[in-house]
Amino acid sequence: MSANLTATMSPAKPGGNLKAQLRRAERLRKLKAIGLVAPLALFLIVVFVVPIGNMLWRSVDNTELDSVMPLTAEGLRHWDGSGLPDEATLAAFAAELRDSRQGGGLGRISRRLNYEDSRYRSLLMNTLRGLPTVDAVGPDTDWVATLAEIDPAWGETETWLGIQRTAPTTTDRYLLASLDLQRGADGEIQRVAERDRLYLSVFQRTLVIAGGVTLICLALGFPLAYLLATLPAKTSNMLMILVLLPFWTSLLVRTAAWIILLQSNGLVNQSLLFTGLIDSPLQLVFNRIGVFFAMVHILLPFMVLPLYSVMKGISPSYQRAAVSLGAHPFAAFWQVYVPQTISGVAAGTILVFIMALGYYITPALVGGPADQMVSYYVAYYTNTTNNWGMAAALGSLLLVVTLLLYLVYHRLVNRKQLIRS
Amino acid sequence: MSLPPYASPVEKVWFWVFRIFCGLILLFLIAPVLVIVPLSFSSGSFLTYPLPGFSLRWYEAIFTSAAWMGALKNSLIVAPLATLLAMIFGTLAAVGLNRAEFPGKGLIVALLISPMVVPLVIVAVGMYFFFAQVGLLNSYTGLVLAHTVLGVPFVVITVNATLQGFDFNQVRAGASLGANPMRVFFTIVLPQIVPGVVSGGLFAFATSFDEVVVALFIASPTERTLPIQMFSGIRENISPAIAAMATILILISTLLLVTMELLRRRSERLRGNA
Repeated sequence: MSANLTATMSPAKPGGNLKAQLRRAERLRKLKAIGLVAPLALFLIVVFVVPIGNMLWRSVDNTELDSVMPLTAEGLRHWDGSGLPDEATLAAFAAELRDSRQGGGLGRISRRLNYEDSRYRSLLMNTLRGLPTVDAVGPDTDWVATLAEIDPAWGETETWLGIQRTAPTTTDRYLLASLDLQRGADGEIQRVAERDRLYLSVFQRTLVIAGGVTLICLALGFPLAYLLATLPAKTSNMLMILVLLPFWTSLLVRTAAWIILLQSNGLVNQSLLFTGLIDSPLQLVFNRIGVFFAMVHILLPFMVLPLYSVMKGISPSYQRAAVSLGAHPFAAFWQVYVPQTISGVAAGTILVFIMALGYYITPALVGGPADQMVSYYVAYYTNTTNNWGMAAALGSLLLVVTLLLYLVYHRLVNRKQLIRS
Repeated sequence: MSLPPYASPVEKVWFWVFRIFCGLILLFLIAPVLVIVPLSFSSGSFLTYPLPGFSLRWYEAIFTSAAWMGALKNSLIVAPLATLLAMIFGTLAAVGLNRAEFPGKGLIVALLISPMVVPLVIVAVGMYFFFAQVGLLNSYTGLVLAHTVLGVPFVVITVNATLQGFDFNQVRAGASLGANPMRVFFTIVLPQIVPGVVSGGLFAFATSFDEVVVALFIASPTERTLPIQMFSGIRENISPAIAAMATILILISTLLLVTMELLRRRSERLRGNA
């Protein structure tokens, strides 16, 4: 910048100084902004992100043996898998087994080992009872013989191979299991036996229910949003209350109401019987039908509201122009109006689908055993069987699918805003 | 939308078919609310129509039941506290987000919104382990913190939306006239964004007041909230007492809805006058 120009712009201070001041002020503003956001961001990281990350880590976590029996785990990791582990490892195993009674360690390893083979728990318990007292043990104790005497299983390579599989600190067994896969004896990935397959069908069921609910919501939500967007403001505001009141009403209240409506002597069955359409009450609740009724009811407003806001911004003159140019009213609607609503359709569809994927309470209350979705199994493994690895693995897969879809949703909604501006 | 006088018979039929279809959808939406309210005034103990007679016995039953009143009390402790925290944290963050551009902003926004997206059961399991480690399992504090997390995205979004039309030069003007930042915030910024703060707060309150999954995992019977009480009631034995509590909850949601609507009209009017 020439001295001349500087002089005319700011006679008191040279321009470089002003620039620096501006930069400093800008930086201060930036810091202040970050300072305002930081409390919430830190709060969410501590109470939300880290706990979820921790939970997801459990899907590969395999530290049970390593934390309770560190020397045994170390010894087994170096064992080549033929014959029996060496004397030092067996001695460490016996000592650590004796100590594992303290602090719940025994419970943790026997639970983990039971996932490999359900005989380990009783084997460990029996062995613990049969172990010689500390005084009777010396450096010259023959552990191969001592252990085999307590239970012949300890003389078999298989028994030790099972424990060896739990020695590494991470594992892919839970993630594989949640896709109905497992590692065979030689370490290659294979499908589990036909009768043990479960989770792929659970994921499939989850996708079918979420997809079905989304499609029904679209089929009902589109016409309704269209009506609300094209009616005069006064009428449409009145009718909007009928959409918003259920939206604000407790999910449990609505679920309870659907049980009451759909039960065998509920209003729906009563009116069907009255009109003579059926002779005996239909089973409408505690099965898939009930799940669909309740979920569509709960999620429909989430479809109607984004569609309505997009449709509100579409001028009716395009459609009129198409008709005046000779298009059939249906063609005008389908070819001129509907394409303009695509962003609303996409936003509503993905929103409803994402929310439906994670449903737990509603299927638990109005569904049968065959209508439970992935969330149910996550809760079941956490609360009922304490199989946290499985809970975390199923949860991770659910989370990944949800976040990917959300990314798509985010892109779509942002592009919509771009178009509008 | 109304039917033009020159409409063909096909168009007339279509018009009425469409309207009847939409009427049925609206009926579907409102039916549960319409059905459950009368049942709460039933004198019988079955949830079926026709009602045997009118009575307030089920309201009496819940208002004299220690379990229902304890649950209501717990919800009335947890929800307002969680709402307050969400409003404070959320408003500050939304103001910060609109104050300046800074690196990683997109990521931060994603972080602040994420509690809305992550399936509830995953949040619940994650917090269950976390609170167990830090000793907040089965405590009011844990429940309040969890519900704050779930409610805060609503506040961020609604306040952010009201700030879109806010001119930050007003803050500069205030500061240049000698007001300190606190005074600027409370006398200039807050009055203008209050509709966003309150409606975000209402969303956060409704979330906490209706949240089952996380509470099921992290609360013991002592902190049993209203939704958990409802949940186990529906699961075990669905009686008209549930309908009575449902009616009270519908009343509360109507109040929330009306407040939201008034706020929306107010901010629309303000924007119209500007």
